[in-house]
Parts: sequence; C-alpha cells; structure tokens
Amino acid sequence: MTTNEHLTRIVIVGNGMVGHHFVEQLIQQSNEVYGKNQFHITVLSAEPRLAYDRVHLSEYFSGKTADELSLTSAEHYQELGVDFQVNARVDQIDKQAKMVTIESGAVFEYDKLILATGSFPFVPPIPGNDQPHCLVYRTIEDLEAISASAKVSKVGVVVGGGLLGLEAANALKEAGLKTHVVEFAPQLMAVQVDVSGGRVLKDKIEELGVEVHTQKATQSIEAGENSRYKMVFADGEILETDMILFSAGIRPQDKLAREFGIVIGERGGIVVNDHCLTSDPDIYAIGECALWNNFIFGLVAPGYTMARAAASNIVGGDVVFEGADMSTKLKLMGVEVGSIGDAHAREHGAQTYTYEDQVAGVYKKIVINAETNKLTGAVLVGDTGDYDTLLQYALNEIDLPEFPESLILPSFGDAAPTLGADALPETAMICSCHNVTKGDIIASLDGGACDLAEIKSCTKASTGCGGCAALLKSVTDSELEKRGVEVKKDICEHFAYSRQELYHMVQIGQIKTFDELLSKHGSGIGCEVCKPAAASILASIWNDFVLEKPHVTLQDTNDTYLANMQKNGTYSVVPRIAGGEITPDKLIVLGQVAKKYNLYTKVTGGQRIDLFGARVEQLPLIWEELIEAGFETGHAYAKSLRTVKSCVGSTWCRYGVQDSVGQAIDLENRYKGLRSPHKLKFAVSGCTRECAEAQSKDIGVIATENGWNLYVCGNGGMKPRHADLFATDLDTETLVKYIDRVLMFYVRTADRLQRTSVWMENMEGGLDYLKDVVINDSLGLGAELEQQMQHVVDTYQCEWKTAVTSEQSRKRFRQFVNSEKSDANIIFVEERDQIRPATEIEIDQILGVKKPVKAAATSINIVEVE
Amino acid sequence: MSENWINVCTSSDLVDNSGICALVNDEQIALFKICQGEEQFIYAVSNWDPIGKANVLYRGLVGSIMDEHFVASPLYKQRFKLSSGECVDDDSVKITVYPARITDQQVQLQIVS
Ligand code: SRM
Ligand SMILES: Cc1cc2nc3c(=O)[nH]c(=O)nc-3n(C[C@H](O)[C@H](O)[C@H](O)COP(=O)(O)OP(=O)(O)OC[C@H]3O[C@@H](n4cnc5c(N)ncnc54)[C@H](O)[C@@H]3O)c2cc1C
Ligand code: SF4
Ligand code: FES
Repeated sequence: MTTNEHLTRIVIVGNGMVGHHFVEQLIQQSNEVYGKNQFHITVLSAEPRLAYDRVHLSEYFSGKTADELSLTSAEHYQELGVDFQVNARVDQIDKQAKMVTIESGAVFEYDKLILATGSFPFVPPIPGNDQPHCLVYRTIEDLEAISASAKVSKVGVVVGGGLLGLEAANALKEAGLKTHVVEFAPQLMAVQVDVSGGRVLKDKIEELGVEVHTQKATQSIEAGENSRYKMVFADGEILETDMILFSAGIRPQDKLAREFGIVIGERGGIVVNDHCLTSDPDIYAIGECALWNNFIFGLVAPGYTMARAAASNIVGGDVVFEGADMSTKLKLMGVEVGSIGDAHAREHGAQTYTYEDQVAGVYKKIVINAETNKLTGAVLVGDTGDYDTLLQYALNEIDLPEFPESLILPSFGDAAPTLGADALPETAMICSCHNVTKGDIIASLDGGACDLAEIKSCTKASTGCGGCAALLKSVTDSELEKRGVEVKKDICEHFAYSRQELYHMVQIGQIKTFDELLSKHGSGIGCEVCKPAAASILASIWNDFVLEKPHVTLQDTNDTYLANMQKNGTYSVVPRIAGGEITPDKLIVLGQVAKKYNLYTKVTGGQRIDLFGARVEQLPLIWEELIEAGFETGHAYAKSLRTVKSCVGSTWCRYGVQDSVGQAIDLENRYKGLRSPHKLKFAVSGCTRECAEAQSKDIGVIATENGWNLYVCGNGGMKPRHADLFATDLDTETLVKYIDRVLMFYVRTADRLQRTSVWMENMEGGLDYLKDVVINDSLGLGAELEQQMQHVVDTYQCEWKTAVTSEQSRKRFRQFVNSEKSDANIIFVEERDQIRPATEIEIDQILGVKKPVKAAATSINIVEVE
Repeated sequence: MSENWINVCTSSDLVDNSGICALVNDEQIALFKICQGEEQFIYAVSNWDPIGKANVLYRGLVGSIMDEHFVASPLYKQRFKLSSGECVDDDSVKITVYPARITDQQVQLQIVS
C-alpha cells in the first residue's frame, strides 16, 4: 500500500452506516476547507462486504438484494481514493505506536483512528440459546441464515417485543411461519410507547395473526415434542417452536476499546465528548458504539451527526454533537406507531392529554410541560397522521394552541390546526437523516434551486428514511410561494389547472369534447400543450375513437396520422407484435409489405419490427394490407402502452419457472390502447435471471416458483430508474388487479408527460403510499379504478382498422388537396441494401441538377419514388 | 400590386382548427382554418419547415398565444405565427405568408411573384 507522506492518515474501524457516512463527510468537509481531499483514508470492515443500509435490512426479505441495499461499492471507494479491506476485524490497537492490527496480522498506521464498530445483538443467557436455528437479526448474513431456517420451519418465536423484534416478527410472518413474540416486559415497545399505547399495539398485532406473550421470562430452550424446540418460561408455561430469533436489545461493540485501555462507560459504550473524541486524543468513536452523556443512540440519524462532528473536529471545523432527538415514526406490519420526546411523561410536572378510539384501534397521547405551553412528548398508535406537526411543536418549542387537545382530536369538517410550514423557525430540522434545516432549504432556493427535485438533489433531504417527504414538500412550496414563484401546475395559458384537476373536471362534469372543456373551464383556442393533454384525458376516460371529428385536431401529429413522423416528413409503421412473439407467416407479410412500398426495416428496442419511410398518402394503403394479414396498430405514436417485452420463459428455457411469453401477450392485449400521461412499457421475465429487463420498465413482472413478482415505476431512457418491488408471489388474477389499479391511479394523478418513474419520485409517501392505495385500498378507490380499466379494455378498437374504413379519416392522409402528386422533396438514397433519407447535401446535389429523383450522385444510389 | 387571386380548393376541403396542403405552381402551401367563437380565420403559409427542413407544417397543431394564432411544427415543435410567419421560438427564421380568402365557397390565394 502506498501512503502519501503529506496526507494525514485516517483509519476507520467498522464500515457500518455511520463509518461510511464518516468517510463521505470527511472527504466533503476536506474539499470545502482545503479545496481537496487532505486525507489518506483506510476503511477496515469486519463484515464480508462494504457498508449497506441496515435500516432497510428487512427489505432483503421482500426481494431487495445485497447490491440494492449497499451504500457504496469498491469502485466508488476507489474513485474517492479510499483504501479498504473487508473481512478485516481489528483485534489490536497500539496507542503509543499509533497502529492497529487486523486478525490476519496486517498492520495499519494512523494519525487519527475512528472507532465505528456499532453494536451487537444481545442474546439473553438462557441455557440452550446456542443451538442451531437460534438466530439474531443484524447483518445480511444473519438474514440469509434466517431465510434458510425458515424454509425448514413451521413455527418461529421472536424473543423481544421492541422495535426490531416486531420488525423481525413481520419477516417471519411474511416467510409463512406461525409467529410468536415473547416479551419480558408487560408491554410491547416499552421504550417508545406507554402502557396504553402498548396495549393497543398488541391488539392490532394479534389481529394480524401474530401471537404476543408479554411478561414471559424464558428459562430454557429444550428439545420439543411437536416442533424442534420447546421454550420453558419461569411461570411454568411452555411454547413449542422450530426456530428462535433473539432481538432482546443491542449492546455497544466496545470490546476493542475496552481491551486496549480506552475509557468505557459503567454499562458499556465508548465514552466520548462533544467532538466524539475518546479518552485518547487521537481516537474518536461514533455511532452505536459511542456513549455520549451516558447515553447510547440506537438510531442512524444521531450516528450521522456524530460522524459530521468527528470529521469537523479533524478538519478544524466547529460542528459538535449535542445529543439528538430520538423520536421515531414507523409502520410495523401495517400498524403505524409514533413516539416523540418524553413519551412516558417522566419529566417533572408533565401533564397529558389522551384520545383513544377502540373501534378503529387508534391511540394518541400528548405530553405537555408544567407551564402547559410547550409540547414535550407524544405517543401515537394506529394513526401517525399528526406526527409531523407534533414533532415540530416539540423540537422547535412552539407555543401550544389554546386547546392543545385539538392537536390529536379527530376533526369533523373543520381542518385540524396543522402547523403551517411558515410557523417553523429557520433552525427547524426538516430532514434529520441528512441534517437539513428549513434554513438550508431557503439557502438552496437562494442558490438557484427552483423546485422540489432540485432541493432534494442538492441537499439530499428526503433521500434517507424518507419520513420527511411530506414536510419537505410543504416547506418548499411555501417558500417558493413567498418568493412569488407560483407553485402553479397550470398546464398552459388556456387552462389555469393542473392535469390532475382537468382530469377530475372531465370525469365529474361528464365532459366529452375539448370544445366543451375549453368553453367551461378555459380560454382562447388552446395550444400544442393543452390539446394533446385533453385528448389523452378524454381517451383515458371515454375511450372514443381518437380520429373522431371532435378529437382529431387535438392530437399531436403522430397521433393524428397514427404513425411516427421521421426527420424528412415520412412516417414509420409499427404493427403490434404482442410479447415479441410472431409467426413465420406474419414475418413474411411484413417483408412483403416492406418490399412493395420500399420501406426500411429494423428490429426495434421493444422487440418488434419498424417499417420506415412511408409517405403520408401511403399509410392507409400499407395498413390495409397489414390489417388484412391480421396485424393491428402498435401505438408507437401514442402516449399509451408500447410493448410488453418478454423472455422465452419456461416453455423453452431450461431455467424458466413460468410462461413469461404467454403472460406478456395477455398483459399486452389487456392494456393496449390505454391512453396515459406518458408512454408505458412493460416486460415479463420467466425467472430471476431477468432476460426481459423487467426492472427497467414502468411495469415489470418476474416469474417466481409461486407466481409473479410485480415491479413498478422503472424507467430506461434519459434518467434510468430501477423499478420498485411492489408485491411478491402474486397469482395472475391479483397481478392484473394490482396493475389495473396502479395504472389507473397513475392516469388520474400524474402530470402531463410524466413517466411513472417521475410520478413515483414526486409522490408524497412514495412506494408505501402507493402500496397502501393499491393493496390496502386506503382511499377506497380500488373497485372504481378496476372498473375504469375494464371500460378501456372493453372499448378497445384498433385505430388503424377504424381509420382505413372511414372515408372521412382517409381524407386526411392526402399530401395535397388539389393534386395527386407526392412531396418531391422526399428523397431516399440506398445504404446497406435499404433506403435511407438523403442528407441535406445529397438533396442539394440531387435537386441541383434539376432531375429530382433520377440523377446519380457520387457513389450513392438514388432511390426512385413511385 | 396586381390582384391575381387564384382558386386553390373549395371551402369544404378545409378542416376546422387544422391544416391541409395545396400545391400551387409547384409550391407547397399550408392552409389553416381556425374557428374562435363565431369568428373564422383563414391562413396560408409556406409548408416548408425551415428548422426541420421538411414539408410538414400543415400537419402541425394550431393554437394561440395571447390571442395570436400559430402552428407548431410537428417535427421540433417551434411555433410560427400564422399572420406574420414569425417564429416565436427562434428569431432567426421566418416563413412566407400568403394572403388568403374565401369567395363563393372557393379558397383563394394571392401569390405575388
Ligand atoms: C423505434 C425505437 C428505436 C429502435 O429502432 O429500436 C424508438 C424510437 C423512438 N423513441 Fe424510443 N424507441 C424505441 C425504444 C426505446 C426504449 C427501449 C424499450 O422500450 O425497451 C427506450 C428506453 C426505455 C424507456 O422508455 O424507459 C426508449 C426511450 C425513449 C425516450 C426516453 C424516455 C424517458 O423516459 O427518458 C424517448 C423520448 C421521450 O419519450 O420523451 C424516446 C422517443 C422515441 C421517438 C419517439 C423519438 C421521436 O420523437 O422520433 C422515436 C420514435 C421512432 C419511430 O418513428 O418509431 N424513446 N425508446 C424503439 C421502438 C420500440 C417499439 O417497438 O415501440
Ligand atoms: C433490522 C434493523 C432495523 C433498523 N431500523 C432502524 C430505523 O428504522 N431507524 C434508525 O434510525 N435505525 C434503525 N436501525 C439501527 C441502525 O441500523 C443503526 O443505528 C446503524 O446501523 C448504526 O450504525 P453504526 O455504523 O454505528 O453500526 P453498524 O451499522 O452496526 O456498523 C458497525 C460495523 O463495524 C463492524 N465492526 C465491529 N467491530 C469491528 C472490528 N473490531 N473491526 C472491524 N469492524 C468491526 C461491524 O461488523 C459492522 O459492520 C435498525 C437496525 C436493524 C438491525
Ligand atoms: S429470464 Fe429466465 S426464463 Fe427467461 S429466458 Fe432468461 S433464463 Fe430463461
Ligand atoms: S428524515 Fe430521513 S430522509 Fe429525511
């Protein structure tokens, strides 16, 4: 290893979330202070991989791969100039010589050492706890072991009913196990919620089929009678199970520090000051291994703040760690839980208001100070809708309203007194994952950012846990409004409405034509923006023939001529080839038609065949022949379903587990013709090898042993986006139901020309919200969305078929009203045995000799028209 | 200026709020009819899109910006004012406009040579 002499050597022990954040912070702060990276950084990771997102670890069970969870990569560290080693557990520190040794014996010298060793799961000292199928929940390897064990188990027990224990229980339940939670305390989540909240939580979780046993102390784990093991409790009761997952709390990983003379707290944890410095002036400790003010912070946001403070101290900055807010909001097995500040009302003089709705299973409590003017804590179970507002009251010490209970009482009609973004001070923390305050948002607006997306990309706000999305949006909108930027979504000067609003007007007002919409809600004659948008909305809702008189002049030229215009004014013809499957006979017809009209042919990126170079007056003739042979329009011109790509699947492929071609064809036939805010692309793969690249599509379907995994909102194109896993192991009926709902919800709510990927990125609540709407039917819209889709499916017509049989429509495909001639400017030359449009220079050459189509240019063949 | 109005087609060949194309002395001319309330407007402009470099303007969408009528090129979407031929999105180009009218159901153009 080459160590540059001028650079300060930094060695980081542990590459967890916090250790990794430190690397990024140090480089960033160094660049800010010195204009370059002044440090030679070495990262030593005991795990077999670099940092990954432990917070979202459970998503590994719903299909996220280790790669998708990773926070960095070897290439990324190499680009940053960071040296690293995995499987490198540090087992010695020599404080005098300033070096550390890893298990293999390799030695690393440091100028500053950072301990970011995190914590380890506590396994209670119960006899029998070290047998196979007795596991913990902390690393990807742990999850692999749990998956393997779940495959050979029927019953699972989680020991510990805290936040992580419930998350683990959810994973076992999802894996199909009969699941129990065993808790020593009298209630669940004793740290975050109070006794009543715990009771409501327990009821809700039991409703979901997970059995909860509180006040149970396990005494031993013995061989079982019906299951693999038997847990024996202090009260004599027993519980049979095949596997046990310990989630009974975490302990700081301070072994190394302890053994090598760094001061440790009485009950563990490496003692640090506000700079995160330990008892040794050159050693820092950050994250879950660090003990600050006699407190361990078991959340990622405080760890990130520590990383910033330590990095700042090293570059000579002034960021310090002054404690952190431990409020949390989460959703466990679909049950919302929120906890803020002094949840247990332990502070002197604390008073509370509580609200409980046993019918719906909602419990809310707020805690206020002795002076009764500030909010100091809260507990929310079953409904965390008030969380953001309450948290801002607590964090920013905002004066309570006259009737504090109004903050948690349900509102009937009158809006609840939510805290407007304006009421927040500039110091208000909006995104705690990335330490973004309201002031930072204002600064980035001053610095030129002009919308939510830009604020997200320059401050990183809302790109961590995502919990701050709604608040971020309201602060951004209100700040934009203040500086006169109307946060208006008007689609153009003719309509002072967003696409979504227009959609509602058309639907509610039963509006059938653009003229009607314009006269009722707009002004002027419309333009190239609002006309196609309205045409698309009208088609999504009523699905009339797009070339019908009232609609035809609204369409973009491609839609009007049912073909894609090419650079020289000719068109391409793309028949539908559902799923990419085509018979030899049909292939021959395509060849014959292409030959007859001398069209350039090419296989597209969407698994079909494109015929280029058709003149406008040829389109109906070409289509007549194609329709005769059984083809229908491919909608390549429309904002609607394009293709459903497929791989060959189980019919032929030795790895396929389902008939992906059949599924692709069915899906393509169902959704063809659906007019949408932007084009839609699907793909179906026959197994996880994913040859159809479904994860880059708006709708991606991947076959599993048990059915189909559904992915949504992927995108190739200019800004690729990986699709999100939406639901797993669906049968075809449910798959179609979910796709119906997702697509119709998109059609209803997206902006004009917004692909599903961007729609998702801008959706408040993101993927979870969409799942809620579609899977849990949280808006009660499910049936209506399905019905609407069914209407579109039932009223499908091949537009080309309708067009060629209508005299009125055919008239539009004339080059001239007063002549049978064709456009003399369309000139082709030949290349690789097919036509292509002549270049400008070639055209000048050709037309220059005044013999438009027959003159020979140097070395190219001119192709005769007609 | 000579008053040579030429008959090009009949008024029923025109399409409301859209364009058609006529060939006049080997010149391609795009004809538009725009209906606004009770009023009707007839425009004739060159069919050649000077930016996209193709004879396509009659296939563009028509619309208005602050009550000025325009056609948007179907190729790259630049808007051309139908009354003056000016390009709203690019000062450096302009298209030819021709006087047009309807007399006795005939669409007539005045071509000044
Ligand atoms: C023909 C084809 C290229 C080819 O020869 O393979 C093609 C051609 C065009 N693409 Fe594409 N795209 C074609 C596959 C793709 C793919 C690949 C795919 O579908 O698997 C992608 C990336 C996947 C995706 O969309 O997520 C693709 C991403 C785009 C984009 C970028 C979209 C984005 O969200 O970033 C545009 C521009 C746009 O839509 O605004 C675009 C726009 C276009 C336009 C409409 C550009 C234009 O205005 O002329 C082209 C129409 C040509 C025509 O006359 O048919 N094309 N285009 C492919 C037709 C597939 C088909 O059978 O229908
Ligand atoms: C399932 C789960 C869900 C969670 N959910 C949330 C949540 O919703 N919100 C939240 O804020 N927090 C959550 N957390 C907690 C969060 O993940 C931790 O706070 C965070 O990961 C702590 O980061 P860290 O870097 O301090 O420790 P870790 O991420 O544990 O990293 C420490 C690393 O150091 C390594 N290491 C230890 N000793 C050595 C050594 N001697 N030599 C080399 N390497 C060593 C370890 O192997 C490990 O890779 C969750 C945790 C889990 C397990
Ligand atoms: S994705 Fe799977 S089933 Fe489909 S072709 Fe590839 S390997 Fe075969
Ligand atoms: S608070 Fe976690 S992303 Fe903003």
